[in-house]
Amino acid sequence: MELLSGGEMIARALKDEGVEFIFGYPGGAVLHIYDALARTSEIPHILVRHEQAATHAADAYTRSTGKTGVVLVTSGPGATNAITGIATAYMDSIPMVVLSGQVQSHLIGEDAFQETDMIGISRPIVKHSFLVKKQEDIPETIKKAFYLAASGRPGPVVIDLPKDLTNPVDKFPYVYPAEVKMRSYSPAVRGHTGQIKKALQMLLAAKKPVIYYGGGVVQGEASKELITLAHKLGMPVTSTLMGLGAYPASDDAYLGMLGMHGTYEANNAMHHSDVILALGARFDDRVTNTPAKFCPGAKIIHVDIDPASISKTVRADVPIVGPVKSVLEDMLQQLAEMQDKGEVTRDQVALDTWMQQISQWREAQGLWVKPRYELDSGKIKPQQVIEALCRVTKGEAFVCSDVGQHQMFAAQYYQFNKPRRWINSGGLGTMGFGLPAAMGVKLAHPDADVAVVTGEGSIQMNIQELSTCTQYKLPVKIINLNNGFLGMVKQWQDMQYDSRYSQSVYEDSLPDFIKLAEAYGHVGIKVEKLEDLEPALEKAFAMKDKLVFLDIYVDRHEHVYPMHIAPGGSMRDMLLNKTERT
Amino acid sequence: MRHIVSVLMENEPGALSRVVGLFSQRGYNIESLTVAPTEDASLSRLTLTTDCDDDKIEQVTKHLNKLIDVIKLVDLTEGSHIERELMLVKVKASGAQRAEIKRCCDIFRGQIVDVGPTVYTIQISGTSDKLDAFIASIGDASILEVVRTGVCGLSRGEKVLSL
Repeated sequence: MELLSGGEMIARALKDEGVEFIFGYPGGAVLHIYDALARTSEIPHILVRHEQAATHAADAYTRSTGKTGVVLVTSGPGATNAITGIATAYMDSIPMVVLSGQVQSHLIGEDAFQETDMIGISRPIVKHSFLVKKQEDIPETIKKAFYLAASGRPGPVVIDLPKDLTNPVDKFPYVYPAEVKMRSYSPAVRGHTGQIKKALQMLLAAKKPVIYYGGGVVQGEASKELITLAHKLGMPVTSTLMGLGAYPASDDAYLGMLGMHGTYEANNAMHHSDVILALGARFDDRVTNTPAKFCPGAKIIHVDIDPASISKTVRADVPIVGPVKSVLEDMLQQLAEMQDKGEVTRDQVALDTWMQQISQWREAQGLWVKPRYELDSGKIKPQQVIEALCRVTKGEAFVCSDVGQHQMFAAQYYQFNKPRRWINSGGLGTMGFGLPAAMGVKLAHPDADVAVVTGEGSIQMNIQELSTCTQYKLPVKIINLNNGFLGMVKQWQDMQYDSRYSQSVYEDSLPDFIKLAEAYGHVGIKVEKLEDLEPALEKAFAMKDKLVFLDIYVDRHEHVYPMHIAPGGSMRDMLLNKTERT
Repeated sequence: MRHIVSVLMENEPGALSRVVGLFSQRGYNIESLTVAPTEDASLSRLTLTTDCDDDKIEQVTKHLNKLIDVIKLVDLTEGSHIERELMLVKVKASGAQRAEIKRCCDIFRGQIVDVGPTVYTIQISGTSDKLDAFIASIGDASILEVVRTGVCGLSRGEKVLSL
C-alpha cells in the first residue's frame, strides 16, 4: 500500500474525487499542502486575490456545472475571508468543499498566530464540518465531505486541517474509499407514492393551477421533467429568482419570475390560483410577501428534498419530501397509468378561461410584451442594456450577476432558456459575487459567452479579481450599469425615506473604470449614448480573448418595477411604476 | 407548550455545540439540557426541554434531524412517558429546623446526603413539578444553593429510541 504524507493525501484525494479546479490562496498553515500540490498534483489551482473570491468562483463553477467546487485557504484571516462565500453557498444550497488550514494541534486554543476557531465561526453556515484529528482520517474525511456536500439538500462542508497533520515527514497508508456511509445521514431518495397520487389528483381537479418552482429544480437536474409535466397538465409556470432558465422563457406557458420584483402575470396567477405545485422552492419572504395573505384560495403541494423547508413559512396541504426529479418522474408515471385506465378527466373550460385570464394580465402589464419603462427619456435605461445583452448573446450567455437593481433587471429582462445559465447570489444577496463567479464559470466553459452584470457598487467589492482574470486569461465581459448610486438602496430611500440618500451616493469618487481595466491589461469601453449601446456590446463579445469592461452610464433615477407593496401586502399588491399601483 | 425532546446522536466533539447553536441561531429557547454517553460509547443521549407551540416544535425537530450528528430523536411529550430530574439542595439546618427539614424531605422521598453542623444537603428526584414543589415547601429563606440536572426521560412501554 502506498504511503503518503497528510499533504500528499489531500492532493491525491482531490484527484481521486475528480476535482477539476482548486480555488485558493496560500498561507502559513497550508504551506505543506501547497507544497504537496506542487510536487504531486496536476489539478489547476486558481490563485485569487482575496479568499472571498475563491469561494464565489468555486460556487459559480458548481452552479454552472453541477460539480462540487473546492476551496483551499489558510487559517485565521484566510478562513474568515472565506466566510461570506461559504454563507452565500449555504443560503442557495450549493455544494462546496472548503479546506481550511489550522494552527498546529498542540497550539489550538492558545491564541496562536493566525488562529481562529473556523469550525465555530462557520458552524451556522455549513451543512457540516470536520476538524481532522489524525492523518489516517484524511482520505475518509474528504470522501465524507464530498458526499455530504452534494447529496440531499446540498451545501458547503468545511474541513479544518491542523498544520502538523499535513507535514511531509510522517507517512501513512493511503486508500481512498469508493463510497462512504454515515449511520446518522440518510437523505430521502424517493417521494411517498401515496402523497404523489394525492397531489396528482389535486392537480387534475384544479381549475386555476400554477407551478411555482425554484432553485431545487436546477440543482436537482429536473428541468426536463418539469417541462414535460407542465405540458402534459397544461399548467402555467413561474420561477423564483433561483430557478430562472430551468423552464424556458420562450415557452407560452411561462409567466416570468414571481415575487417582490416578479411579473404582474406571475404574481396575479399565484394569488388567484386554486392549486399551487411548489417544486424545489422554499416560500422565501421575497416570494410570498405577507405570509398570512399568501394566495388565499390555493391548496399547496410542496415538493422539497428538505423536510424543514416544508410548512416553514406557508403550510403545505400535500407535503412531499424527496428529490424533485424522482418525484416528478413518479408523478409522470402515475399520470400515464391513469390516462391508460381512462381515469383522467379535466375541466377544460375552466382551464381555458384561466389561461385566457393569464394572457390578459400579460397583455396589460407583461414586461416582454412591450417596454414598461419610459422610452423617450434621452437616457440609457438599465432595462435596455439587459435587453440588448440578451439580443447580442442570443439568450445563450452565462449571466453572472452581482446584487442590486441590476440583478433584478437582469432577472426580469434576460430571457433564459436553459438551466445553470443564470448565476446569482439569491439567498444571501452578496454584493461582490459577480466577477469572481464569472471566473469560475469561464474556467468551466471556456468557449461560452460569460457576462458579469454589475453596478459600480458591487463591482468594487471584488474588483481586485481583474488581476486574477489577467493571470488566467479569463475573457469575461463586464456590463457595469453605472448610475453613481447604490441603486437599490436609493430606490428604497426614494420610496420610504423622502429621497434622503443617506450614504448611497459616491459623489465624484468613482474610479475611471476604463483606465482601471486597462491597468490590468484588459479593454475598457465607455457607453454614454443609447445608439452606442448595442454596437459596444457587439464589439465586446466579438473580442473573444479579451476581458472587456463596459462602463455604461444609465438613468440614475430608474426604479425596479413591478414591486410588491410591503409590509402588509399580498402577492397581487404591486407598484407598477412610479405613479401606478394595482 | 412544554416539549421534551430526546436525541440520540454521535458522541463526537462539536456535536453538542451544533445542537445548542441551532437553538440560538433559529431563535428557539432551551429550558433545560442534559447530555451523556449511552451504553454504546459511540452514542450520546441528549434530552432538552423547550417551550414552544406546535408549528415551532415541528421546525425544531426537523432542523435537529437535519444535523449530520443527529441519528434519531423523539418528542417524548407526544406520548406517555417517564420523566425525571435530579436536584441537590443545600439548606440551612440548625436547632428545631433540622427535624422539620428531615420530615419534609421524607414526605418528598428525598435523602439527606450530606450533613454539616448548620446545613443539610438533600438529594431529590422526580418530575420538575415535584422538585419545584419541594423548593416551595422548604422556602427561599432556608435555601443556600440549588443544582438541577435538567430533565431526562423515556417513552413508556415497548417503544425505544435506538440505532
